[in-house]
Parts: sequence; structure tokens; C-alpha cells
Amino acid sequence: MTRRTALRALVHLSLIGAAVVVLLPLGVVFLTSLKTPKEMADDSGALTLPDDPLNLHNYVTAFRDGHMLLSFANTAFILVFAIGGTVLIGSMTAYAIDRFRFRLKKLVVALFLLAALVPGVTTQVATFQIVNSFGMFDTRWAPIALYMGTDIVSIYIFLQFVRSIPTSLDEAARLDGANAFRIYRTIIFPLLRPAVATVVIVKGIAVYNDFYIPFLYMPSEDLGVISTSLFRFRGPFGAHWETISAGAILVILPTLVVFLCLQRFIYNGFMRGATR
Amino acid sequence: MTDTATGEAPARLAAEPARAAPAPRRARLWRGVTPWLFLLVPLALLAVFTYAPIVNMVAYSFTDWDGVSPELRWTGTGNYTELLTRPELFEVFFVSGYYLAASVVQIAVGLYFATVLSFDVRFRTFFKGLLFFPYLINGVAIGFVFLYFFQDGGTLDSVLALFGRHPDHAWLGTPVSANVSLAGVSVWRYTGLSFVLFLGAIQSIPGELYEAAELDGANRWQQFRHIIAPGIRPVLTLSVILSISGSLSAFDIPYIMTGGATGTETFVIQTVKLAFQFNKTGLASAAAVVLLLIILAVTWLQRRLVPDDRVDLV
Repeated sequence: MTRRTALRALVHLSLIGAAVVVLLPLGVVFLTSLKTPKEMADDSGALTLPDDPLNLHNYVTAFRDGHMLLSFANTAFILVFAIGGTVLIGSMTAYAIDRFRFRLKKLVVALFLLAALVPGVTTQVATFQIVNSFGMFDTRWAPIALYMGTDIVSIYIFLQFVRSIPTSLDEAARLDGANAFRIYRTIIFPLLRPAVATVVIVKGIAVYNDFYIPFLYMPSEDLGVISTSLFRFRGPFGAHWETISAGAILVILPTLVVFLCLQRFIYNGFMRGATR
Repeated sequence: MTDTATGEAPARLAAEPARAAPAPRRARLWRGVTPWLFLLVPLALLAVFTYAPIVNMVAYSFTDWDGVSPELRWTGTGNYTELLTRPELFEVFFVSGYYLAASVVQIAVGLYFATVLSFDVRFRTFFKGLLFFPYLINGVAIGFVFLYFFQDGGTLDSVLALFGRHPDHAWLGTPVSANVSLAGVSVWRYTGLSFVLFLGAIQSIPGELYEAAELDGANRWQQFRHIIAPGIRPVLTLSVILSISGSLSAFDIPYIMTGGATGTETFVIQTVKLAFQFNKTGLASAAAVVLLLIILAVTWLQRRLVPDDRVDLV
């Protein structure tokens, strides 16, 4: 039995080790965000505690001079439209693919599947030209359109749910004279609520954290989303690590809150999304 | 999953006579059009933002287009020869090697913790959340956190100083140590995803199997070897695919942390620079075509090697 307890101790040790590895970089940045420039300048090292643990001065600077309010607003705008579009498009596609038999259906499905294999980053050079030709470059519509584009993961999640809704419900409604749009709107869509929650979470986190697309398509400073605005901290705040740290914490905080509130759904969402 | 495509057909036929005899032609036409009305927008977006770019990209890759001027000249396979013959353009693939090595670590660590935490451990929920959380953090924030981590006198140096060690080299200063550091950041960031995927797969294994094994006197290692390992095979191959294409298309972290300096330029950074800084759209497109072909080849290989993958969209 001693071997088993030894093993147990090792397992716990490894878990504590992992906790340190995860928390240390974040914790130090949090400490740094509470320090004054003067504390940063004296050579006391990164691990010392701030003199005043309630010094929120850097947060004010980061929030105001880093235009964080504007970037949170831009991010929210893009989130609302991109997620709304994804939910609508994904559920409609899933409904059409699962509930109808039509010619070329196999081809349509194959087109969606094949698109899932093409990573967005590889085609960005050519996508850029197309977005540009629509006059969407440097507007908030470029990322919205691209995020809505073809989110195969959400289509797949919706498909799983549409399948689990018994067709007898459709049939009953059809007998009562409802057409396909009415069935979709009044029967299918309301029953998809759990899938909608999953897609909103997975997509929301992806959009909130994305750097590549807003960086390429919205270079204007007043169109900054949280990632590109935070990226711009490098310039004006240069070596002011206390301000940069505050900015980073400001960006991480909403994710942490959402994560703590919705933990279970988030795990499920990612498992469902990735094991397609 | 029941196959509704065939399963619902008889039901629909049975329902047919119950309807009041409709105007047959118009109704049939309407029914034929309905699915397409639902698919109109999705298909349009698919065509415009996925397939049109691929076609255009292949076309650009044979030209010397700069992305702006109305003129573009056909150069044949010139861009591809340039890619393969200019060693500095090819070097980016060696950088991917670091990320590939990192994903091996990431998968191994993720698998270890998924196994450990699928059994009863104290503070299980806490550790689960802790391990997964880095995956949800904004890439730019992670970049800054680790820029400070690797800074002179930053987090890492301070920790080492606690143990009385004062390494005096810049972590991001030489190509090898910079790439190792960046790859380490990618392990920190993505281990949580591997972990959660494995955890889900392990938990979908019926619990009786463990109980039976326990009765037969199997130890933890034997349980892992004979129950868990076969159960997570599909997710394991998925993780391998995700890591290969992820390693080839690494962008955020190296771009944010070093901007591609000191030998940390990855394929995507190079492509973005070629296209949007040096206006070599043609050459950049050729590079992108190469990347796409590699990723498709890897995916195809995986489908061949593991045919039991559940790709059942319909």
C-alpha cells in the first residue's frame, strides 16, 4: 500500500506543479499591474509585492489612454453581429441539410466539409482582395462577414441537435398547415436553445480573442478591438510594464468572469466543437 | 444517431393523402425551392469567403502581382521555384519544427492530467479549471504576459534568482532560445485544450469497465493501457492533426512577442509580410498554396491511417 500512497503524493505534486506553472506568469503580471513606475524602477525584481495593493492608477491609465472603452464597444458590436449571424446561418443550414431531400445535397454537404479542412490563415492573402473589393476593408463588417462565413463547427453542433428533434413534430405542424419557415421558426429554433448556448459561448470566446482578422482588416485606430488595441500598447507604453500589465489584466478579466460563471457549459462546448 | 434522411420518407408519404389536394405543380416547385432558400446565404458566404479565395489564390500564385496595380503578369511557376530555391524563404519550416515538438509535449502533458483527473482527486474541479483556463485567454494578453516573463529581470529571472541562479542571457536573444521560449508559451496556452478533449473522451468510457478491471486486479497503468488508450484513439489522432496544422500556421504568439525577429519568423508571419508589407501578392499566394497543400496532405493521411473517424455530417 505504501507504493500507492507514494504514487498518490507524486500525482498531487504534479498537480501543484501545474498550478504554479499556470498561475505564476499571470500572478506576476497582476502584481506588476499594481505597482507604481517608481517601484518598477528600483531593482527589487518581479516577485515583490506592490507597496499599495489597491493602487488602481495603472488601470485608469490603461483604460483611458489605451482607448479600452472604445475597443470594448467595437468588440461588443462585432460579437453581437457575428454571433447572431453564425447562429442563424448555422441553424438554417443544419435544418435544410437534415430535414430536406433535394438534388445536389451530397455536393452541398461535401462543400461544407471540404471548407472545414482549409485553415483560414492560408487563404487570407486572396480573401483580403475579395473583402477589399466589397469595400469592407477597414470597416467592422469585414470581420463580421469573415466570422459568419462558414463556421463548420457550429453547423455541426446544430446538426447534432436538429437530428435529435423527432420529425413527428415537423409532420404534425405540417398537417396543421405550417410551411417550412414557420416550422423552423416556431418548432426547430426554440428547441435548439442548448445548441445556441454552446455556439454562442464557443464562438464568443473565439471572436473575443481573435487577433489575426481584426489586425489585418481593421488597421484604423478607432476600429480597434480589444486584441488590436492591447497590441498597440507596445508603442506608447513601451517599457511601462505596469501599464501594459494592467491592460492585459483588463482584457483577461471578462474571460475569467465568464469562465467562472459558465464553466460546465464551456467544457462541453469545446468538447462538442472539437470532436467533430 | 438515427438516419432521418431515409427514416422520414415513409412518414411523409403516409402524411401526403391527408392533405387537401394542393395545386400540384406549384406546390412541388415550392417544395423543391425551400431548402435552397435556407441555404442561399450560407452557400453564398461559403462561395465568396472560402472557395473564391482558393481559386484566386491559385491564380495569383502564377503571377507577379503586387496586390495593388491593375497589371499582373503571368510568370508561370516562377514563384514556386523562388520559394524552393531561396533558402531564407524555406527556413520558416524549420521554425515549425519547434512548435511541432511543443505539441508533442502538449499532448503528453494533456493526456497525463486528463488521466489523473478522471480519477478521484481532491480539488478536481479547481485543477480542471486551472489547466483549461489558459486556452481561453486572449492571445495578445498571453503575448504580453510572457514578454514580461522572459524579460531581463522579469518573472523567469526572478524565480531563478530565488534558487540562487543568475543566468545572464536574454531568453529571446538567440534564435534557438527564442524559439524554445515561444514554443514553451504555446505549450502553456494549448495544453488545456488537449486536456479537455482527452478528459471528455475518457469520461465517455463506461465506468463498469474500470470496475471490472479493478476486480481482475488491474493496476492503474494496466487500466490506462487497456481501457483508456483504446478509448481515446480518435481524439488522439484529432489532436495530432490539430497540432500539425497549428504548428505550420503559428502566428499570434511569435508575431506579438518578437515580430518574427531573431529567427522566429513562422510561415504565416512571412506570408503576411510578403503580401502586406512587400506587396508580393503573387509570391505570398504561392507560399500559401504550399502551406494549404501540406495541411491537406496531412489531413488526408490521417483519414487514411484512421478510417474509423466519425465524419458523418449527414
